[in-house]
Amino acid sequence: MATEKGTWTVKKGLAEMLKGGVIMDVTTPEQAKIAEEAGACAVMALERVPADIRAAGGVARMADPTVILRIMDAVTIPVMAKARIGHFVEAQILEALGVDYIDESEVLTPADEEFHINKHEFKVPFVCGARNLGEALRRIGEGAAMIRTKGEPGTGNVVEAVRHMRRVMSEIRRLQNLPDEELMTFAKEIQAPYELVKQVKELGRLPVVNFAAGGIATPADAALMMQLGADGIFVGSGIFKSSDPMKRARAIVAATTHFREPEVLAEVSKDLGEAMPGLDIATIRQEERMQERGW
Amino acid sequence: MKIGVLAMQGAFREHIASLAALGVEGVEIRRERQLEGIDGLIIPGGESTTIGKLMVDFNLLEPIRELAAAGMPLFGTCAGMVLLARDIIGSDQPRLGLMHVSVQRNAFGRQVDSFEVDLEIPVLGEEPFHAVFIRAPYLERVEPPAESLATFMGKTVMARQGNLLATAFHPELTNDLRVHRYFLEMIK
Repeated sequence: MATEKGTWTVKKGLAEMLKGGVIMDVTTPEQAKIAEEAGACAVMALERVPADIRAAGGVARMADPTVILRIMDAVTIPVMAKARIGHFVEAQILEALGVDYIDESEVLTPADEEFHINKHEFKVPFVCGARNLGEALRRIGEGAAMIRTKGEPGTGNVVEAVRHMRRVMSEIRRLQNLPDEELMTFAKEIQAPYELVKQVKELGRLPVVNFAAGGIATPADAALMMQLGADGIFVGSGIFKSSDPMKRARAIVAATTHFREPEVLAEVSKDLGEAMPGLDIATIRQEERMQERGW
Repeated sequence: MKIGVLAMQGAFREHIASLAALGVEGVEIRRERQLEGIDGLIIPGGESTTIGKLMVDFNLLEPIRELAAAGMPLFGTCAGMVLLARDIIGSDQPRLGLMHVSVQRNAFGRQVDSFEVDLEIPVLGEEPFHAVFIRAPYLERVEPPAESLATFMGKTVMARQGNLLATAFHPELTNDLRVHRYFLEMIK
């Protein structure tokens, strides 16, 4: 029996299996175990969470392979890791390490200011950030098997993730009402591949899973993003920058499953301790906004 | 006929679409009260540790065990197979633990080893079933009354025990509806 590996179906399929779940940023094997114990459906292995990357400044790169391998050893759930935008060699290294998903991420300093990674060339699947439908479809065109909002990472402020999710959803709704003869011009306007635009019109959603990311800090934030149409949640700094990571992580997992039940949300939101300190987006200079990275 | 699809986390949307393609209503199950009035239950792929913990926190393990004991058919795919197994090798994670099988999680390797293959499944007829395996488990041991329905590389990847059915692969990710149809026939 001949087997085929690294196909579009298995790449996209893993993201389907993550739906309705929470993917948590972790920097140590201990944090990874807490995340798994709390019910994370995957972890993102990092050297620093986005809030610390933002505070440290300088060039942020792929994590040390030792950090990633130790986290892979610590848990049985999928482990993701980040490569810089356009840095296909970091991606090759992550694939060689055997990570389950690569995030070509604006949280790290871009390695290429014009081109993203050709993700079709890899057996390992990729997730990419997007602020609007055109950006999402460009990334899918390059081979991304999963999309997430960019939000504004490391801020504990959900406002940008909300903006990006609403934007994608409203563009999809607009597209569904267009007659076929207007699709090419729509594709031109949003700078997206025509075939994918046609597919979105037929499906009424993106052709891959679409998660929310960037600034989610509370169970209510997670449920808000789910009600706006997210398929699942990434929490970066929000868990391990809070005062009681285990409790908050469990609460966000429960809120992501029961996002339409306010009485469950009320229950799990009780006594969570301090959330991570938040940042007002207006205080971040335009050139320091991570969401502006990506083309 | 109404089939519940456990919707704690994972690929429940795809199972509901497969059921719809067979003209059967699928409903999302997140709370105990939603189990009322269903004729069968699908436990989808996803992360078995996540789904199991949420089933504990929201009190679904015991009610589902009772329905299964009363004869209601259950069908688990991938994580669902893990949750149906009595023995999960090297893990004490929460589970339904109903099938007399021993399951190895992530048995074929990590995501880069996930694969598609044409599988011989005698109970579905002669034509092979195109099976999608994603960080899939297999059954290391299958003891009566459980029986193996399909193997790959010498390991059981589909098994049945009376009203319980489990696959290591994802029939909900392809358009071949034979596994779902086989499950629905267990209900009639």
